[in-house]
Parts: sequence; structure tokens; C-alpha cells
Amino acid sequence: MDDRKVYVIPCSGIGKATASVGREATYRVVEDERPGCADTICLGLLTLGDEEAEAKLQEADVITIDGCAKDCARKNVEASGKPPTISHRVHDYLKEHRDLKPETVLDIGEGGRKLADVIAADIAEEIDELRNECGDPCAGEDE
Amino acid sequence: MEMETRPTKVGVLPCSGESEPEGTITRNAVRLVMEKYRPGLVVSLCLPLYLAGDGGERDFAKKVPVIAVDGCPKSCARLATEKYSGPVEASIDVRALLEQWGVTESLSRSHPGPIEDELAERVAREIVRLVDGLVEEGKVEVANV
Repeated sequence: MDDRKVYVIPCSGIGKATASVGREATYRVVEDERPGCADTICLGLLTLGDEEAEAKLQEADVITIDGCAKDCARKNVEASGKPPTISHRVHDYLKEHRDLKPETVLDIGEGGRKLADVIAADIAEEIDELRNECGDPCAGEDE
Repeated sequence: MEMETRPTKVGVLPCSGESEPEGTITRNAVRLVMEKYRPGLVVSLCLPLYLAGDGGERDFAKKVPVIAVDGCPKSCARLATEKYSGPVEASIDVRALLEQWGVTESLSRSHPGPIEDELAERVAREIVRLVDGLVEEGKVEVANV
């Protein structure tokens, strides 16, 4: 069995509630939706060249989630030498779901949590596709 | 005679590490300091933005005293500051603090409950103590005090 994980990495920006939504969506994916085949890693650790963090990403697919148009998660992952397979922006989802506006950085509120669910569901599907491509389906692994 | 201008803000940089519960605590503690304990005095620095090379963030950190708040001994926030902006005024290792406080409970990175919230409050108060120390040392100009 292929035990490679897909790494989901949010920007975790401290100044925007949308960054908190990205962080929440990440945890939904790696802990609830696809716990066996997805994980996350500290973006700071990766960017500062931690060898263990870089080794984990060597053969893995990476999905980034950014809270704003500065795209720090995507840029920092790229700078580590591992271009993300897929990159998301919370704002793109917010444009489609204007009623799901997050409240604050510390408490994204009901709307923010629902928005995180939407993003997490999309990413879970993407993980399934990526795993199917490499012949090791993930969906249902935890059933 | 030229007057010396002291900074009026303190920069606080949390690691916000995604994969560790202590990373979540750094993030929440820094927001508490900004919003509840020292609003207007403390400015948070965004580590991902800082690392991505945003000139404004790095330049700002050169002009104000910076406190790095790290979740673990890897010290990403402190090392990033030292690499791009110079020495930090103070730093906190939350994992070491929790050990010092005798915290043995298993903590959640994703679903902070009463224990994690209380620890974020305690870490926030540690940050406040450091911020106030900088003010007392005259390294920060505080208006109307």
C-alpha cells in the first residue's frame, strides 16, 4: 500500500478571519474527512528549511489554502522547492458563498465554519482524485 | 537638537504552527493581547507574510521591538525575525512554558476547549508581562499614561 500523504497547508495568517477559515478547513480535511491519507505541516517550519518537513513533502502532493490575495502559503511552499499541486483562496469561495462570511480571527462564527466545510469537501474530493491517479484510493479508508 | 524618536508599538510574531496544539495557542494568545489586553500598543506580525518576503512586514520589524512567540523549540518565529529583521527583544517557547506549568493534558490543535482557552489566556498574560517590561524599560513610547 502506498502510504504517501497529501499535505494540506493553510497560510494561517494572523490578521484575517479568512485565514482562520483556511486553517479550519485544513483540520476538517486531515482530522475528519480524510484522516488516513491527508496531513498538515507547519508552514513556518517548511519555509525555514527544516529537513524533516522538506523530506515529508518530497514525494507528496501539496494543497495550499490562502486567506488573502498575498498567497503566502502557495508562495512559501513554492519557495521550499515543492510547487503545490493545487492552490485555493478562501476569497474565491467567499465570492460564491457571500452569505458565509466569517466573523473574526478568533471566532469565525457559523458562517465561517460552513465556509470551511465547503472548502474541506472540495479538498477531500481532490485528495481522492490524486490518490486514484496514483492507484491508492483514499475515500472510504476510514469507514 | 535632534530628538530621539522611540517606537510607539510592540511587534508580536506568533509561529501559528498548524501541526501542533501549541501553535494554535500562540495564535490565539497573540490575538488576545491585541484585542483584549493591549489594544493599540501591540501589532501582530504575520509569519507567512513575513517569510514570503513582504518588505513592509520585515521593515516594520526592524523599527519596533519584537517579541517572538513560538509553539515549540524549533523557534520558527524567533529564527525568522533574526534572519530577516534582527534580534528579538524577547521570545517565548510555549511548549517549555507548559512543561514549567506542569500541563500534562493532551491538547487539541483544531478544537480548542476550556483547557486550551485557559492556556491561551495564560500565555497572553506572559506576553503582556514582556510588553509591559519593554514599556518600563523605555523602549516603547506610550502616549497618555
